[in-house]
Amino acid sequence: METAIRKEILPQVSLTSITTKKFKTGCISVTFKLQLESENAAKNALLPQVLLRGCARYPDMESLSAAMDELYGARIEPVVRKKGEVQCVGLYADFVDDAFVPKGEKLLEKVAELIGQILLFPATKAGIFNSDYVKSERENLSDRIRARINDKQLYAATRLNELMCSGEAYSVDSLGNADDSMKITPQTLTEHYRRILEGAAIEIFYCGSADRKRIETAMLGALGTLPRTQNGFAVASTDVKTETGDVRYFKDSLDVTQGKLALGFRLGEIMRRPALAPIMVFNAVYGGSVTSKLFTNVRERLSLCYYASSRIERHKGLLFVYSGIEVDKYDDALKEILHQMELCRQGQITADELSNAKKSVVTDLNSLMDDQTQLENYYLGQALDSTSCTPDLLASLVSEVSAEEVVAVANSVRLDSVYFIENAERSA
Amino acid sequence: MELRKYENIGEQVLFDTLPNGLAIYVIPKKGFFKKVAFFGVNYGGSDRRFKLKGEWHDTPAGVAHFLEHKMFDKKDGNALAALSANGASPNAFTSSGITAYHFECTENFEANLRILLRFVSEPYFTDESVSKEQGIIAQEIRMTEDNPQHKVFQNLFRSLYAYNPIRDSIAGTVDSIAQITAQTLYYCHEAFYNPSNMVLCVAGDVDPQIVGSVAEEILPKAKSEVAVRDYGAKEQQFPASAKTEEAMEVAVPLFMAGTKLGGGLRGKDRQRNELLGDFAMNLLLGKSTPLYARLYAEGLINSSFFGGTTFFPDGAAAIVGGESRNPDAVCEAVMEEAAKIASKGPDKALYQRLKKAALGEEIRALNSLYLICNRQMTGHFEDYDPMDNIKIMEEITAGDIVEFIGSSLSPEKLALSVIRPSKGGK
Repeated sequence: METAIRKEILPQVSLTSITTKKFKTGCISVTFKLQLESENAAKNALLPQVLLRGCARYPDMESLSAAMDELYGARIEPVVRKKGEVQCVGLYADFVDDAFVPKGEKLLEKVAELIGQILLFPATKAGIFNSDYVKSERENLSDRIRARINDKQLYAATRLNELMCSGEAYSVDSLGNADDSMKITPQTLTEHYRRILEGAAIEIFYCGSADRKRIETAMLGALGTLPRTQNGFAVASTDVKTETGDVRYFKDSLDVTQGKLALGFRLGEIMRRPALAPIMVFNAVYGGSVTSKLFTNVRERLSLCYYASSRIERHKGLLFVYSGIEVDKYDDALKEILHQMELCRQGQITADELSNAKKSVVTDLNSLMDDQTQLENYYLGQALDSTSCTPDLLASLVSEVSAEEVVAVANSVRLDSVYFIENAERSA
Repeated sequence: MELRKYENIGEQVLFDTLPNGLAIYVIPKKGFFKKVAFFGVNYGGSDRRFKLKGEWHDTPAGVAHFLEHKMFDKKDGNALAALSANGASPNAFTSSGITAYHFECTENFEANLRILLRFVSEPYFTDESVSKEQGIIAQEIRMTEDNPQHKVFQNLFRSLYAYNPIRDSIAGTVDSIAQITAQTLYYCHEAFYNPSNMVLCVAGDVDPQIVGSVAEEILPKAKSEVAVRDYGAKEQQFPASAKTEEAMEVAVPLFMAGTKLGGGLRGKDRQRNELLGDFAMNLLLGKSTPLYARLYAEGLINSSFFGGTTFFPDGAAAIVGGESRNPDAVCEAVMEEAAKIASKGPDKALYQRLKKAALGEEIRALNSLYLICNRQMTGHFEDYDPMDNIKIMEEITAGDIVEFIGSSLSPEKLALSVIRPSKGGK
């Protein structure tokens, strides 16, 4: 696989491309990097949904889907991601690579063009988004936000974010707020859309068999009419908070048979000069792998929970622990989860634990090179950090991480909030 | 090993059968870091009543899944931990007809393969460890019972079927798994986990010879009897009950509706039916159909709407589902559209386009080593070659679609399962 090359092809528009014949499909993503903020989050999340309802050339879903079917089932999907306090909003497309298309048809240029049509030439009436599309999509969006409660495991994570980071942009849901979404009008959304087109920074990613020249030409052709007029558009960024106060405890009562316990930590002082490799290894030692302390002790040895794992939000400098427990095991599970953190802080990490954790992180990094969607997500993260470390380079850094470095991360981490979903009937 | 080449999709498969009956497939993937191995057993949640050594046995719901959990526990530790320590990501799943143990890794492939083959073929259960696992699985069962997606599915199959074990959750219930003992597990392992009832699929940049030689070295040498299964009395054409409703904490009502399709087919017929069923459902209500556009525009469905077919031991079903404020209206519209296609035939342009799209979907699946192994495993147990999917798809005609829709989709055959919001939702 060729190394990824990132290049600015238009003002504030960068293209990262990887040329490889490894995959049977090519993929292209176009992502707007927008500041996560409560007043715009729902609008941002709504945009790709409305754009995919139809464009000037294919004015409804049926004709747009038909166009994609004609391109041998090319897919163009809306993507909304929250990375730190940057709301990454855009489209992800994938399509059959040249070698496997009958009759030598070339799909890359056609798919790129279709993406350009969808992004730049929406279906409008008198310059305003089709109001049926906006109304039905805002309804869908608000349903999706409300439906977060259906999956209690994810809901616990969402609620913890909201409560723990209250007052910070990070508390805003990646899809925004359900009530806000219902207030969006075709007029306000169109105005917002125009502003974004004029100034928001854009990341384009390509991975497939075409060389860099070919994808660059295709994307310049597709986005050439992008009106880059606003030079002063603020660059989206993340405000990292390193301090914590007293630990805060939150609870919700819902109709569940299994309790959900979620803990939120801040990575603390190390975020002043964050080094990704030790943070990743620490997470794998503590709770991010099946050989981790949380998995082997809290779940397997003590059977205190059905699942327990940790996850890092590296852009914002957060660590989360998620677990599912019997409601009456709350005290025991919480105590044990914190005890395992204490062991990390004291350096009680065996050579096996450390080497298993590193193996797990290295495996993940190697594996992501086999998957286009993961590569895309990885390089978007790199672009947000303004770095361009390849997965193999990061893997070699991970292999070098020492126990001392892991202990240093553990000692910088501070517990901020504890959130629990308990059974409504039992608590009543 | 026998080399099978598939020029149209740029794939190759090496195939072999060991003297003990184990089938081995190796799919070479140059340039990939990952190596994936699947060790599959033709035994799942539906295989509850079986005959072995001339005697019939009834086992409680959830044994196959329980066994899957317990296989990882060894006298000298846990296989999951051993594989993880070796840099592999192991996992397992139990479906209605299959138990599969798999891992992916980037290094130490041979050592990992040895662990996989050994832990699945050497049972070790004690009453103490079984009773501990009962606690863990009871938790898992409670967690799925909180999951509306699971509930809506299970309720539909309870409506559709009167006898088929697909009525019951694969994991069983807290009560049914309480009846499981170490003895039950040993017996079921003996009945189903023998090489002639199993398959080994490997994808990645590996040496195919090693796969065969390691399997031959570790697994039992002799063939043994495989249990004969019974899936209950013959089902009626119509659903056992037409509608079920339950209230749960969801924001928007969830629904799933379905009709019974004929089951029990194997080989090319089964493969063709799977492809035809999914294609026909896509042509009826997929994203680029007029029906989808209309229902979406009317706000009756959202992007969670789906349709397709599902196959399981001694049965199959065509299903549609998603979130909707008015599931009855959605079902009615789907049935009307089905009747229209059954009488007038499908729209020609749509049919041609979807054939192109289906080709893309098949090609896309070949990016995933996991999917490749999983499909190869299923194909083996059902006696067809999944790498031929595109060829079989090309043979499907508009007439086949009309026949499928006409014979399988009608209002009197339809059962509907709805989960409506208990409170707070709208």
